[in-house]
Amino acid sequence: MREIPVTPELAKDHGLSGEEFARIRAVLGRDPSLTELGIFSVMWSEHCSYKSSRIHLRKFPTKGPRVLQGPGENAGIVDIGDGLAVAFKMESHNHPSFIEPYQGAATGVGGILRDVFTMGARPIASLDSLRFGRPDHPRTRYLVGGVVSGIAGYGNCIGVPTVGGEIYFDECYDGNILVNVFTLGVVRHERIWRGTASGVGNPVIYVGSKTGRDGIHGATMASGEFDEKSEEKRPTVQVGDPFTEKLLLEACLELMRTDAIVGVQDMGAAGLTSSSFEMASRAGTGFVMDLDRVPQREEGMTPYELMLSESQERMLIVAKRGREGEVREIFEKWDLDVSVVGEVTGDGVGRIRWKGRTVAEIPVAALTDQAPVYDRPAARPAGQDALQSLDPAALPAPSDLSETWVALMSGPEMADKRWVFRQYDHMIRTNTLVLPGSDAAVLRVKGTDKGISLSVDCNSRYCYLDPFVGGMIAVCESARNVACSGAEPVGVTDCLNFGNPEKTEIMWQFRSAIEGMAKACEALSVPVVSGNVSFYNETMGKGIYPTPTVAMVGLLPDAGKHVVQWFSADGDIVLLAGADRLGVNLGGSLYLKEAHGRVAGTPPPVDLDHERRLVAFLREAAGERLLASAHDLAEGGFACALAEACITRPDGATGARVRNPYPEAVRPDFAMFSECQGAVLLSCPPGNRDALLSLAGRFRITIKELGTVGGEHIDIDGVARIAACEMRKAWREGFAAALGLEG
Amino acid sequence: MKTAVLVFPGSNCDHDAYHALKHVVGVDAEFVWHKESALSGFEAVVIPGGFTYGDYLRTGAMAKLSPVMEAVRAFAAAGGPVIGICNGFQILLEAGLLPGAMIVNESLRFVCDYVHLRTETDRTPFTRGIPPGKVLKIPVAHYQGNYFADGDTLSALEAGGRVVFRYCDPSGEATPSANPNGSAGNIAGICNEAGNVLGMMPHPERCAEGVLGSADGRLLFDAMVSWLKERGR
Repeated sequence: MREIPVTPELAKDHGLSGEEFARIRAVLGRDPSLTELGIFSVMWSEHCSYKSSRIHLRKFPTKGPRVLQGPGENAGIVDIGDGLAVAFKMESHNHPSFIEPYQGAATGVGGILRDVFTMGARPIASLDSLRFGRPDHPRTRYLVGGVVSGIAGYGNCIGVPTVGGEIYFDECYDGNILVNVFTLGVVRHERIWRGTASGVGNPVIYVGSKTGRDGIHGATMASGEFDEKSEEKRPTVQVGDPFTEKLLLEACLELMRTDAIVGVQDMGAAGLTSSSFEMASRAGTGFVMDLDRVPQREEGMTPYELMLSESQERMLIVAKRGREGEVREIFEKWDLDVSVVGEVTGDGVGRIRWKGRTVAEIPVAALTDQAPVYDRPAARPAGQDALQSLDPAALPAPSDLSETWVALMSGPEMADKRWVFRQYDHMIRTNTLVLPGSDAAVLRVKGTDKGISLSVDCNSRYCYLDPFVGGMIAVCESARNVACSGAEPVGVTDCLNFGNPEKTEIMWQFRSAIEGMAKACEALSVPVVSGNVSFYNETMGKGIYPTPTVAMVGLLPDAGKHVVQWFSADGDIVLLAGADRLGVNLGGSLYLKEAHGRVAGTPPPVDLDHERRLVAFLREAAGERLLASAHDLAEGGFACALAEACITRPDGATGARVRNPYPEAVRPDFAMFSECQGAVLLSCPPGNRDALLSLAGRFRITIKELGTVGGEHIDIDGVARIAACEMRKAWREGFAAALGLEG
Repeated sequence: MKTAVLVFPGSNCDHDAYHALKHVVGVDAEFVWHKESALSGFEAVVIPGGFTYGDYLRTGAMAKLSPVMEAVRAFAAAGGPVIGICNGFQILLEAGLLPGAMIVNESLRFVCDYVHLRTETDRTPFTRGIPPGKVLKIPVAHYQGNYFADGDTLSALEAGGRVVFRYCDPSGEATPSANPNGSAGNIAGICNEAGNVLGMMPHPERCAEGVLGSADGRLLFDAMVSWLKERGR
């Protein structure tokens, strides 16, 4: 068989620029073979190389006393004490999920799970952050149904609970949905494994599913914009097999309890190519691999196809020489394919053999360390000033405030997401102490007193209006959420979803958001230990709002002291911590969007010093068991936070009577729905009042007593009042109603 | 007293059942791989939930062919207590140890939520000492938990006192709206004629500790322990 000749046109079809193609020829000193061209194209794709983002990602703080593994591995790892650590990462599966929602979302879950158990950690929880187009867009219902059942189908089968997440709807996602999935696992320090191919002569072993023709060029697809032909890309979406992954998970963890191996990496994007070259790169070695020994699902696969296939549920292992038998025995017990496909060499070159000849021979460093890095031009868009202008006084006041209040609480953004999380097994592994529906999910760590608190957040309206402040807010809000549960924020992973980085305004959004996030992480002393960038979320030239999703991991020394967001007992007093953070801020608010149809203005201001003290205060208050509930003010402002505290308790609603925390002169709709950063609604038994107030004083947190829990009504004195059960009913039914789904 | 927790390819509630037995209830528990062909030394058998063989064929249809199921059959015939939870229940149905079949939930969606169960009989080792009529709060998590059987089978189950649990509202009424999956007669769990083999869709192992939201599931395991102790005397 003769390979088709490699031309500059063919390179262009592979997504490589003329300059990049010239660089390949210079590196090799010759024209690449077709297989080599394929390898370069995926390894140098935006998805695998981070070529447009790398220089900016360096701005994140990535070190700290708890960090055992920062960015650059399959997942980041943070120490939680007593010889234990948590491994976690978030990844996007946006493009495949838009094309084929069930499989796209399912394989997203499969991929992130592999990233975590590759490190030796047993996955104990997943979260997902989802963004869809407007609820009445003709494709939205189909996409929501497909994505949710895809996440459920994979996660439930493999037996890792999906314990929380977020789901938003906006016109800007009509043509590009976002599916960001997060997984966290627990590992003992001495059982942490990394993706490294060290030790010349050590065998390279392929385990898991057979390789087929599915998903070829998935990474390249995810590195380009969508157009009217996107539907034709359906074959580049992989098909998930959670059952095989469950076997792979158990077999890998069993193997990792031995000392037979030196490194392991999953075959995710760019499959065999990225796993082999990245492992060799980390160890500064080379390798030789014989493709005839790769287990194959289909006949007649070419080396190009074998190297680029993104078939799921596969791993590459480097074992110690002479220990192959142990690896084989474990994988055969679990009925999985296992094959020694090559060995580690010392010359820094990756050599691929097929039918007795060498079909690719590439210096490892050329594909990894020496991959292109771009400092793309960035410029603030001309229309940004106009976008930020907003005159609140010109907004008409609603005729019935209670009606507006109910409308916001029952709209798809605030409404109960039971329809979604009832489809996820969120209890399996019996660690979930706080089920979905609170600010943060809380899990216990069996065998210890510790708890893990998880939250994922991003307000993309804020990021659109001001990406720097929006980036800060994404970090602060997720930190506040885990702190509300009583936890100390200990690590961040992120998923940076943006449009086409070749456009200056997108690059400006990206750079600004990263700088805002980095500043907030520095201020809160929380390192970013892993993450993912997803560019080209554009269809026919129209990009999404910048959406840098932040997942925050928090640690509770005593899981039994966790706090929930809902009021629990009549007679408890209601307080507002951070009362001085309230202001009339309608920029980017839910109220402005839903009641007035506008996304404009500037996001609420952030005070990082206040955030730092607030987080510390909340942890301390939970640690001393002073709180009955804590819920941060976010979308929908004070009124919606109060309503949530009253109605989100799993077993029913309770009323509360509070005074308006705003001065009387403020327009009532602004008092109810203005959004702010750094305020938290608390409740506690009356007996804890003094201790709580004095603790707040110690942390210089302004705290105001507002009223008491109890009664039939949610009542903001002199402003608005509604029956709690009526609000709860609207809130519970709103989501399915907005999407036209069966409840 | 030693209990077996069976592990099939795709079992995923095996660790939870083991944890509830060993660390909460405090009885000895051991994992038993599906290729084992004997259950000697065990006094009770738990077939845990999961997605054996991915549920790619009918639920439980592949697992029933595993060597260990022959041993379960013999163990059950000798009167040993067997509990199949969720996928374990589905395996017992496919293996013919319990009658009927499971179909997809009426909603056509997976459902994970707390439900209420009314205990209908104390004749099984797992309900011994739980007063009939007692309402338990226990979660379900399944896609195919819609119990189905022909009219004669259902009548025989009812007449024989073999319906062990029924979905109900918090007050104990078996209403249609309390039924999470469309099961015939709100059936959540049934036993064999002798009463020693129980299959149930809800997950008692997930609610054996108060910190998880309910400790009602522990009642079933405690009942099993006292039943075994009684038998041993």
